[in-house]
Amino acid sequence: MLGSGLLQGLAVTAKNLVGSFHDPARLTTVEYPEQRTKLPEAYRNFPFLVSENATDPMGTLRCVACQICEKECPPQCIYIEKSKDKKPDATGRPQLYPTVFDIDTSVCMSCQICVEVCPFDAIKMDQVFEIATTDRFTALLLDREQLAKPNDYYHTIHPTEAAEVDARLAAERKAAAEKAAAAAAKAAAAKPAAVAGLGEAGAPGSSTPATTKPPAA
Amino acid sequence: MIASGLQTTGAHVREVHDDFHGDLLEVSMGPHHPSTHGVFRMQVTLDGETIVKLKPVFGYLHRNHEKLGENTSYLGSMPYTDRLDYLNSMTNNWAYALAVEKLAGQPVPERAEYLRIILAELTRLLNHTCLAGFLLQDSGASGTPLMYAFREREKILDLFESLSGSRMMCNFQRFGGCRTDASPEWLAAAKKLTDGYGAFLDEYERLITGNEILMARTQGVGVLKPDLAISAGITGPMLRATGVDYDLRKVDAYGFYSRFAFRVPLGDHGDTYDRYMIRVLEMRESIEILQQAFRDLPAGPIMDPKAKLRGFRPKTGEAYGRIEGPKGEIGFYLISDGTPNPYRYRVRPPSLINLTVLEDLCLGHTVADAVIILGSIDIVLGEVDR
Amino acid sequence: MSAAWTNIATSAHSLLERLPLLARDFTTDWLPESARWLANSLITIATVVVAFASLFALLTIVERKVLARVQNRPGPNRVGIPFTKIKLFGLGQPLADGIKMLTKEDIVPRAADQVLHFLAPVALLAFSILTFAVIPFGRQLVPLELDAGVLYFFAAGAATELAVFMAGWASHNKYSLLAAMRALAQLISYELPLLLSIVPVVMLAGSLSTVGIVEKQAGWTWGFVPHWHVFTPWGAAGFAIFFVAALAESNRSPFDRPEAESELIAGHLTEYSGFKYALFFMAEYFGMCALCGMGVTLFLGGWQAPLPFLEIIPSYFWFAAKLLTLLFVFMWIRATLPRLRIDQLTRLAWKFLVPLALINLGVAVFWALTADWTGAIRAIRWIVAGALIVGPFVLIGRKLSSGIAPRTYRYAT
Repeated sequence: MLGSGLLQGLAVTAKNLVGSFHDPARLTTVEYPEQRTKLPEAYRNFPFLVSENATDPMGTLRCVACQICEKECPPQCIYIEKSKDKKPDATGRPQLYPTVFDIDTSVCMSCQICVEVCPFDAIKMDQVFEIATTDRFTALLLDREQLAKPNDYYHTIHPTEAAEVDARLAAERKAAAEKAAAAAAKAAAAKPAAVAGLGEAGAPGSSTPATTKPPAA
Repeated sequence: MIASGLQTTGAHVREVHDDFHGDLLEVSMGPHHPSTHGVFRMQVTLDGETIVKLKPVFGYLHRNHEKLGENTSYLGSMPYTDRLDYLNSMTNNWAYALAVEKLAGQPVPERAEYLRIILAELTRLLNHTCLAGFLLQDSGASGTPLMYAFREREKILDLFESLSGSRMMCNFQRFGGCRTDASPEWLAAAKKLTDGYGAFLDEYERLITGNEILMARTQGVGVLKPDLAISAGITGPMLRATGVDYDLRKVDAYGFYSRFAFRVPLGDHGDTYDRYMIRVLEMRESIEILQQAFRDLPAGPIMDPKAKLRGFRPKTGEAYGRIEGPKGEIGFYLISDGTPNPYRYRVRPPSLINLTVLEDLCLGHTVADAVIILGSIDIVLGEVDR
Repeated sequence: MSAAWTNIATSAHSLLERLPLLARDFTTDWLPESARWLANSLITIATVVVAFASLFALLTIVERKVLARVQNRPGPNRVGIPFTKIKLFGLGQPLADGIKMLTKEDIVPRAADQVLHFLAPVALLAFSILTFAVIPFGRQLVPLELDAGVLYFFAAGAATELAVFMAGWASHNKYSLLAAMRALAQLISYELPLLLSIVPVVMLAGSLSTVGIVEKQAGWTWGFVPHWHVFTPWGAAGFAIFFVAALAESNRSPFDRPEAESELIAGHLTEYSGFKYALFFMAEYFGMCALCGMGVTLFLGGWQAPLPFLEIIPSYFWFAAKLLTLLFVFMWIRATLPRLRIDQLTRLAWKFLVPLALINLGVAVFWALTADWTGAIRAIRWIVAGALIVGPFVLIGRKLSSGIAPRTYRYAT
């Protein structure tokens, strides 16, 4: 009969009207600034640079300015300038470091390709999404100091991924240290009077102070 | 032509337009219009409210997608494909990955193929749910069906977010597998959503499918004939609504679709109502596919161990990868000259090609019909304009 | 003891009942006889306008809340008392909206007809306020007791569409013009079933006076079935037709053709901004309230209480309760139904509502002629009248919905 479909529809909306008052499956709204959902661990927003030590972020950046991310970045939003000199990284090995590392977040499309191509686990995706600013030019161009965040922060936002990365890095460093020690031993055997203690520098260096807080965005 | 009931029986365009019969009215609907689904413009010529001419104008969202593809590495184009049809980034990713894998002869592990099917069918659910909501919104239902649709869509987006890190710009497929593996918790959540989706569809259909107003608005409106559909290259649910049995999941059997049992619903009228209902029925089939995929999902690696991420240079050649996207055949055509960037990068966008018949569908109908016909074609301007 | 209580209760009730009039008389008592009439009228007008303006403010938020809840959202819930954290479920929203509307720039297109563009919202509001004059809000609470009140109401109400046309024409915008044309088509189509649906009421009540019609609906059968017109076969059918036509007359979903936001941007409101837009909005709600009020008056017993013992509650409360219920149904329908196309809309009026309203007139005649049937044959009276309504409804409905039906689909093999 004409109108039965309309009445059926009205019944559905009435059910939803009543249901929205008592059924959490129907009223799914999260009232954002007061209530927040927990971000999934995989959530990504803009990249940040991992530094080993919160007290000296610029000195302990994992980034060695290899410029692979700069090349692979689809929208070309990364700009890197290599250093002329070499500084010891967290493991003590002398490495190049970026004197300039800029990411233009107004161009960045959060695709995560820089993270995937980075061979040094130096760049990771951040989860800070409240990045509104009144200055759309300089405030959105993040430099090295703004991008650097300690490894602990990485652990708080992507715990499982960070644990994996740390384990892998530790293994690599241990292997490198063993190799260096073996080489040193070999060298020492060949030249007993050589300088001792080369192996000490290769100790795993991911132990950052636990009290460091992630910098406010 | 005299229509007896609420249904219109066909086009009634007046033959003569001269001073005596009155002027025609030209209305430019869009690019700023509430129901053109983005920056799309319809240059309509009206006789009263009847459309006598309709010229679709697009390109307002042109982003040079294909040329960009030639200047970016193969991997670098992957996140751009998210932004073609931004409702269905998972299927876009898959189509592009398929094309590159064909080009490079890259095998894909079994688990990744299953995961791709799961994600593609979830995307289909998502897209069709949105379409049903938008279509009803266009026919003036004050947002209620749209809100119900978005409530469910949000659940799928949550799944995508927890898997890929982003709700819509997933950037999830890689050449030779998927970026990350789905955890057992994720699979359980996805299964729970799939199990509950049928109930949502039932409620949605109770709300709207039997509604006399909707039937009067959509049945017999915007009829697409099968021969026109075939000659215009229409694909996807829009083609199947005309009764043509053509589903790439069956025809190409790409991925592991040949292992799944599912049916392809076909319409008999090719009108707006059929286009809507075919999508609803496809969602029910998608649920079937998902159930089978969750049941059969094998263990194993998610990424082919030999797949290269950096320095990816496929050998010289060309390849066309296509899949049955929610909107139709989404395909990528690539020519490689051995460099890290493709020599030619071409997208076959279902939205654009399905849109080409808009004028044929709208002639003789009213402005009100044009809006819902456009809604039933299911376009995303990101894909139309590229 | 109990008699004394009853006495007190009755006098308290009658005091409450007469309170609005007493208050008015108290205020104007000191005036000379000649000025009192004018002052009384002005107070009545002010009361009605203020009451319905605040009802409008309330309705905007309630409608948004109802729509939101139907759509499983909380709705506007942020604006409360300014400068505090008290949110009051968002009840401050109308105030904030009002301030926003008042402070917005008033844009008039250069090509628009400046005078008509300005006059349209004013005229619309004026006509819709006029309609409140004859609605009895309670016992003896009618602003203007006209002998032909019903006629006056529909004459004033029909003029509102003229203002919509004025707005559409004056805006010099193609969308507005299309909306104006639609509004006129809709007006001509739906005025007829609206009027035909109330003819039986006028006929059986024997009066065009709204007060008289409400008084005719007093009393109860068996002590609990009110003598409201809606509880008769012709009244129920008439009310249904009236309701559908009222939806169309007040441009509400599913008949909101002129405003059809998914097709015509905002229809005749496209070129209006700021306070003029707010006036349109207000007029639309006034029109809706007035039509609902008329529906209550004609079919739902006006201010009569539904049960005898509930008469203790003042009559104007019952009117308000019925009015709000009808308005809620308006919102509920808006939340559910998609919109009809303009040709379907007019076809629905001419091929469905008008014939049914005419048949209903016949049923009302039958009902009037058989008023003296008693005993068992009263049942026959009901059955015959019911069949005369349901039969044509099914038949015409089937004709109307021929060609549209749910479909079954085949699957590829």
